[in-house]
Amino acid sequence: MDDNAARPTQAFRIETASRASRAAAAAACIVLLVLVLLPLVAGRNLVQDLIFLFYMLALAQCWNLLAGYAGLISVGQQAFVGLGGYLLFALTLLGGVNPLLAIPIAGVVSALFAFPTALIVFRLRGAYFAIGSWVVAEVYRLVFAQFKPLGGGTGTSLTPAVTSSVPGIESIKALLDLRTPAARDIVSYWVALALMTATLGFVYLVLRSRRGLALGAIRDHEAAASGLGVDVYRIKLAVYVATAAVTGMIGALIYLQKARISPDAAFSVLDWTAYVIFIVVIGGIGTMEGPVIGAIIFYLMQRYLADFGAWYLILLGTLAILIMLFAPKGLWGLLSERYDVTLFSTRRRLVVDGKNGRA
Amino acid sequence: MTGWLDALIQGALLGGLYALFAAGLSLMFGVMRLVNLAHGDLIVLAAFAILVVATKLGLDPFVAVILASPILFVIGFALQHVLLNRTLGRDLLPPLLVTFGLSIIVQNGLLQTFSADSQRLRSGAIETASIPLGGGIAVGVVPLLTLLSAIAVILVLNFIFYRTPVGRAFRATSDDLEVAQLMGIDINRIFATAMGVAFVVIAIAALFLGLRANFDPTIGPARLIYAFEAVIIGGLGSFWGTLAGGIVLGVAQTIGARIDPEWQILAGHLAFLLVLVVRPRGLFPRALD
Repeated sequence: MDDNAARPTQAFRIETASRASRAAAAAACIVLLVLVLLPLVAGRNLVQDLIFLFYMLALAQCWNLLAGYAGLISVGQQAFVGLGGYLLFALTLLGGVNPLLAIPIAGVVSALFAFPTALIVFRLRGAYFAIGSWVVAEVYRLVFAQFKPLGGGTGTSLTPAVTSSVPGIESIKALLDLRTPAARDIVSYWVALALMTATLGFVYLVLRSRRGLALGAIRDHEAAASGLGVDVYRIKLAVYVATAAVTGMIGALIYLQKARISPDAAFSVLDWTAYVIFIVVIGGIGTMEGPVIGAIIFYLMQRYLADFGAWYLILLGTLAILIMLFAPKGLWGLLSERYDVTLFSTRRRLVVDGKNGRA
Repeated sequence: MTGWLDALIQGALLGGLYALFAAGLSLMFGVMRLVNLAHGDLIVLAAFAILVVATKLGLDPFVAVILASPILFVIGFALQHVLLNRTLGRDLLPPLLVTFGLSIIVQNGLLQTFSADSQRLRSGAIETASIPLGGGIAVGVVPLLTLLSAIAVILVLNFIFYRTPVGRAFRATSDDLEVAQLMGIDINRIFATAMGVAFVVIAIAALFLGLRANFDPTIGPARLIYAFEAVIIGGLGSFWGTLAGGIVLGVAQTIGARIDPEWQILAGHLAFLLVLVVRPRGLFPRALD
């Protein structure tokens, strides 16, 4: 009791939101509204470009949660993109399921595949896990290449009956006076936007939760987190399975939009992992803002430089190395250190009020 | 029956090639705890380097590799000293991502320079020569040389590690980095030397890669995966384990291919996953890591 009396009275508050992040939240709502309404006025090219941006951003957020927080540096996320894509094809072409319903089912089944996969690859630690996850993706690719009903090694296409059975196409055609392919793109656009927003929301809520605190602790120091009672294995497993589910859904959407699948494209390490890693590293790993910035930069580079082919990829590789060496926290890290801003406030700050506060 | 015996023998010989891929990776794991995602692409790069030396100077690939080795040692030394040493530390991410970026650069640099055409190292009659073992089984001279070279490389590596001062430094840095530094070891130079040695091993692996089959700039990642599987199957920390791992992988692949040619690669991956489930530390583990 005496001890307490001797202490200056202090009041503490834990703050998560800052002024900048409240403003950012308001701005995000406006941006979201604009994005929802955009296809009503935008051309088809822009709509297709934005679909690409949305799913790359969603994939990047998933990889960021895995590698930036849970310390699971996977080079094998293409396993779940391809799995989701193939599940969509199997469900719609062979099972006659509606494509929009097939997307969430693909997510659930991806999670079911991810669980036993995790039990095997989690035996490899750290850097070995990275290559182990790549082996698993190769196994998935080779197995689907053997699956003859979906075209084996050469792949297959969605029938027009499937692609035009997506609900909403007819009403958009009538409403906006468009042809079927353009209307199809708009539906895909909204689904991609919804999936991207949901992924951002999901990652944000996870990071704000108790589990998120544990994840942040694992990111900062795994052994110390474990010492403080964080069940590291269980949290990593949960993150791996959850991101597999989301990645599977994104994969299903990507291949609904592409309408053609082959094992080499669906399980491509370049398209679904290398680019994604690049986005996260350029933007800033271990933050939510980083992948957003990285995805926008990557989209611009892809749009204006992709024609340079091999030179473009050499540039991407060089940039990633330079960022890792000289600015390991990425572009967002540079910005937020200089100006002390956070937009997605997942950090808790201790605010000390009161007269005797020593803050 | 002869078919299966043949598959077993050919698999063991193929394993020699995988052991050569894996020896360099194992060396990097062992000394600097570096997981080099560009390893496969570096093997392909070395194969192109041998090809260029051999065609430009009109040499046999076996002579070209002797000429290319010192150059590759210097490239390896410089790569580690200038780039990779900066990435090593407690954090896993920088070395992984830097070598991943390097892999993309090497792959596309080769594509840009040599196009996607398949290439092959030519060495005259030895390429097709074989030794009959009786009972309809024959052993190719090049595959046999591959396995013998793998054994020779491992003997030399073990000699370097356990009988020379630089090997003592390798083992010391591997055991305890801080204490090794306190004892006056310049770890930057030791790591760079290890990478130089690894590059010479890479050159030997590249020679047999190019003699045994066609290669093109895109096949690097698959070679990395085989090398990695051989290391993990064999167990970390022992070069003989790596040889055994390579042979297990090679045999699994040829037996898979005997069942159905499309299953060759898949069978190797499944053998790897099986070992991971049954003996996660590999068949002949040594290091506690």
